[in-house]
Amino acid sequence: MRAFLPGYHMVTPRDLTETLDRMAKQPGAWKPFAGGTDLMVLLEAGKLPHKKFLNIWNLAELRGIETGADHVTLGALTTYTEVRRHEILAREFPLLCRAAAETGSVATQNRGTLGGNIANASPAADSPPALLVYDAEIEIVSASGVRWIPYQQFHSGYKQMDLQPAELIRRVRVPRNKNAWRQYFRKVGTRRAQAISKVCFAAAARMDPGRIGDVRIVLGSVAPTALRAVRTEEVLRGQRPEPAILKVAQDALAREIAPIDDIRSTLRYRRAVARNLLAEFIESLAG
Amino acid sequence: MSELVRKVSVRCEVNGESVTLEAYPMARLLDVLREQLKLTGTKEGCGEGECGACSVEMDGALVNSCLVPVLQAQGVKIRTIEGVASGGGALHAVQEAFLTYGGAQCGICTPGMILAAVNLLARNPHPDDAQIREGLSGNLCRCTGYMKIFESVVQALRHSDEAEGQSGTGA
Amino acid sequence: METHSIGKSVPRKEGREKVTGCARYVDDLTFPDMLHGVTVRSPAPRGRIREIRFEGDIPWDEFTIVTAKDIPGKNCIALLIEDQPCLADGVVNHCEEPVVLLAHYDRYLLEEARRCVRVEIEPLPAIFSMEDSLARKEIIWGHDNIFKAFYVEKGDVDSAWAAADFIAEGEYETGAQEQLYIEPQGVIAQFNAAQGVTVWGSLQCPYYVHKALVILFGLPKDRVRVVQTETGGGFGGKEEYPSMIAAHAALLAQKSGRPVKIIYDRAEDMVATTKRHPSKTRHRTAVTRDGKLLAMDIDFTIDGGAYETLSPVVLSRGTIHAAGPYHCANVRINSRAVATNAPPHGAFRGFGAPQSVFALERHLDRVADAIGMAPDELRRRNFISEGQTLAVGQVVKEKVDMNGLLDRAFALSDYHAKRKRFADENAGRTIKKGIGFASFLHGAGFTGSGEEYLASEVAMEAMRDGSVHVLAGSTEMGQGTNTIFSQIAADALGLDCDRIKILQPDTAQVPNSGPTVASRTAMIVGKLVETAALGLKRTLLESGLLELEDGAADFARACRTYVDAHGALKSFVKYEHPRDLHWDDEHYRGDAYGAYAWAVYVAEVLVDTRTGEVRVDDFVAVQEVGKVINPALAAGQIEGGVAQGIGFALYENVVWQEGRMANAQMTNYVMPTSMDLPPIRVFFEEIPYERGPAGAKGIGELPLDGTAPAIANAIAHATGADVRQIPITPEALLEMLAAMPPKAWEGAHV
Repeated sequence: MRAFLPGYHMVTPRDLTETLDRMAKQPGAWKPFAGGTDLMVLLEAGKLPHKKFLNIWNLAELRGIETGADHVTLGALTTYTEVRRHEILAREFPLLCRAAAETGSVATQNRGTLGGNIANASPAADSPPALLVYDAEIEIVSASGVRWIPYQQFHSGYKQMDLQPAELIRRVRVPRNKNAWRQYFRKVGTRRAQAISKVCFAAAARMDPGRIGDVRIVLGSVAPTALRAVRTEEVLRGQRPEPAILKVAQDALAREIAPIDDIRSTLRYRRAVARNLLAEFIESLAG
Repeated sequence: MSELVRKVSVRCEVNGESVTLEAYPMARLLDVLREQLKLTGTKEGCGEGECGACSVEMDGALVNSCLVPVLQAQGVKIRTIEGVASGGGALHAVQEAFLTYGGAQCGICTPGMILAAVNLLARNPHPDDAQIREGLSGNLCRCTGYMKIFESVVQALRHSDEAEGQSGTGA
Repeated sequence: METHSIGKSVPRKEGREKVTGCARYVDDLTFPDMLHGVTVRSPAPRGRIREIRFEGDIPWDEFTIVTAKDIPGKNCIALLIEDQPCLADGVVNHCEEPVVLLAHYDRYLLEEARRCVRVEIEPLPAIFSMEDSLARKEIIWGHDNIFKAFYVEKGDVDSAWAAADFIAEGEYETGAQEQLYIEPQGVIAQFNAAQGVTVWGSLQCPYYVHKALVILFGLPKDRVRVVQTETGGGFGGKEEYPSMIAAHAALLAQKSGRPVKIIYDRAEDMVATTKRHPSKTRHRTAVTRDGKLLAMDIDFTIDGGAYETLSPVVLSRGTIHAAGPYHCANVRINSRAVATNAPPHGAFRGFGAPQSVFALERHLDRVADAIGMAPDELRRRNFISEGQTLAVGQVVKEKVDMNGLLDRAFALSDYHAKRKRFADENAGRTIKKGIGFASFLHGAGFTGSGEEYLASEVAMEAMRDGSVHVLAGSTEMGQGTNTIFSQIAADALGLDCDRIKILQPDTAQVPNSGPTVASRTAMIVGKLVETAALGLKRTLLESGLLELEDGAADFARACRTYVDAHGALKSFVKYEHPRDLHWDDEHYRGDAYGAYAWAVYVAEVLVDTRTGEVRVDDFVAVQEVGKVINPALAAGQIEGGVAQGIGFALYENVVWQEGRMANAQMTNYVMPTSMDLPPIRVFFEEIPYERGPAGAKGIGELPLDGTAPAIANAIAHATGADVRQIPITPEALLEMLAAMPPKAWEGAHV
């Protein structure tokens, strides 16, 4: 434990209002702290530069999963465990549940939150690809107001996001419109549990008999942020899921992604696997 | 050095007893349990939330206590390995099974592993093999290859089922 | 000797403490007035220390600061030789080499202070590969970078090439492997003028630490005391390294006058302590078309890192095991351990044999392939039998039935049917399956004259109440030392195991039974325990206080009478080397080990050719081990060892950047979780070894030898990939598959 603890402040605001007021009063001074599964690792390594945290773990306003007619809305503090246990999510949003089930382990899933996963913005984060497939929207609040933005527009670069210093993610909303889509999720990690992803592939397709009517393909760990492969989607729209289209789609994908060599894997591996998972996805649509 | 923080008081319940912890707000729950309450059964194996040797239960949920700032233990019911046995010298069925079937070798992962197993059985009284593996997947063991750990959990289940059967409550 | 508990799965002696969280590991201990200690380390792999600066806003006068000049005796961690400094003095030879020690009561301020010590290094060119070391691009150790070399010769290899129908060559590599005991290294040290140095710690070999501290401090032997605390895994990683951390804590304790605790966090442990020696092996083999091995020419190199530590002994074991359980009339082995500017590599279960056995067993599958023979058939035609000689000239004097082990392993794993079925079914599939095996042996005890040199001792005392204390320097670290010693003593004395107490390994109270390593604890030290127990019994019999048929109650009564009349009832035993074992150190020939365990392991794998991921679906481990003293413990050893072997084969990859481990976190250095391992099915056979207690041979390291090659051979069967290197990461496997001719397999190109 390498951090100098006396230098780290954490207070528990009474409610969301107090949280936002503190953040507004000194923008950037206080950062929200949820389950700690990312921030505590940095703290222990002595590599957490930020020193003042607001403990938001118990804020009821950030919890809960609401099921509406057209959307499911999840509080930012929804844990992976809560995602896995939710009946509607299990039925209609299997990619999100798969992502949750393959994040860390039971202990991590009990403390890891959607909001934390989004705000930490690791390129290897597990929930963003699923959220992007589902056309998620994010509700961002501050002392001065509320705004919703498409999650697609949230991340702009490596650890760059549309979130001002006084702002907090409050909810994530996903439309209940992909229930009938064919869904595919595969996380290729370093091992079968507790693994950081080397390539994460989340996809869904609406089949108009025999053809791909509409499709979403999102990859993690192959770009500075989760990447929606829009050009690959274009190649596939309207096509039959057959070998003829496969290579064209794979080539498009290889050009869209920007994998790197890092401590866990290589550029060449990530690119090869991305291509291969696309093949696996397309094959699954043929059945 | 920038402004220093004062220690805070955190009131919570540990193994059924009300306690007041005094610590820096971001001190790890792991360290406070070990150093202040002298509950040294919970171990540090990695400090990154990967090995599970620091597993405890917070309000019934399994967590890695090396990743919990003590401030977040306010008002929480915590159970550590020291709180697993029912008291009066009797061990939990999982602990007995670990003894009988060789679930512990060097023992350093054992407290966390037992917590994870006990937690699993509380959530799912009849897990199949895959569920047992998954339930324990956050607890790394370098000595056993997990075989006798699984065996111990399976046997603990069997023992609990038998006990239930014998008590006549039936399933 | 009547057995009563031997052969039974008697519960672990210290099991209750472990399952209740009461077992006390070193970090669970606190001493009054205790300080915490940390180590400041070299940022560079090689260079001269230009300056050490103490920066930042730190109250340095509150700190105890130790550097090389504070060392009272010799600045070295004495082991085989004395080349490794305790603290760098003027030069550094590897990243993370210890330079400065700090102590303070506030461990958070201590970490802040550690950050503020700047070690300025003027870099010198560093060597990071075995090739560069052998090429002497720089001389970084001794006069030629070579810690040790061996040359083994049997028959006349050069004459055999002409008669060969085939000559098969190959090069094989293994990487570094981190022991990854879940309890990191830790010690507490105390120093006072009267008692000298006392160290408590997580360690395997209290007497190794004792010797190192005697030399470091220049103290007499009775003013250094080393106590082993409950140890959370060792696997060799706590064989020699603890001497270093103990030395550091003791120096801080001496200078501060207070007890000092040093506990490494995981990152420091991984980046600074020993790992398995990386290796490169070249095989050149002459074989007839009907599979008879005519000659084996083996070249074996291991990377020892910056200082010698145990490299000569690792090299020795690797060399002796390099030609396997086969009979070949002509064998030549050239081997060497070389220096590089990596943190010194050290002991890890298997100790050189996993490296050379990987090469051999992978190579023999390729030899079989070259002559169009099934790999098992090639082995069968060359398995050694009783009366034949191994490569170093040892005549096999024990019964050995490798064919029988192979038959059994194949039956249990359904090898032949699967070998055919998978080959038939794999075509056209992206998920391929394979099955492969390895056949091997592992010598128990120290090599050659090693046990004679160790001259291990065990003492035993029968107490007035009829309980018996075992005094041995062997340590429990999960493998079951305490339990099997209890069983051995109990059976020898006709008592229940819980009447036997194993005293804590404390150099002030137990004799030197040698290190807890080399698969020697059951076979060598266990035999001394048995002999000591029988010695106690004999004393009572000869004194007329006990009759042969007497039971436990009579034993207790006899003890009480004896102790009241004569005082303490003790026995001492010292190891005596069997007179019929001869070893020639100069020519590296003769009886290398008193006994061998023999084994065949079979691995079944599933390979996803789209991702290169390999899953082991089934694993069968069959071994002949003399006598199984405790089935649960013995199976536990094999299961755990196979798990480590699976890690070695598939998952555990040390990423080196300029001589430093870049992935020093458990997130990034990957060991298998419960979801990554198959059922590991373990089977024992017993041909009693008359010199082992109840016939037992050693088994601790055996599983590390055969696991990785069995998996590599299975992957080769599944995919046709010509595996030459471990770990077989998904990245490496995909590259191999992509490089193969297209019709050999199907899948996306890279």
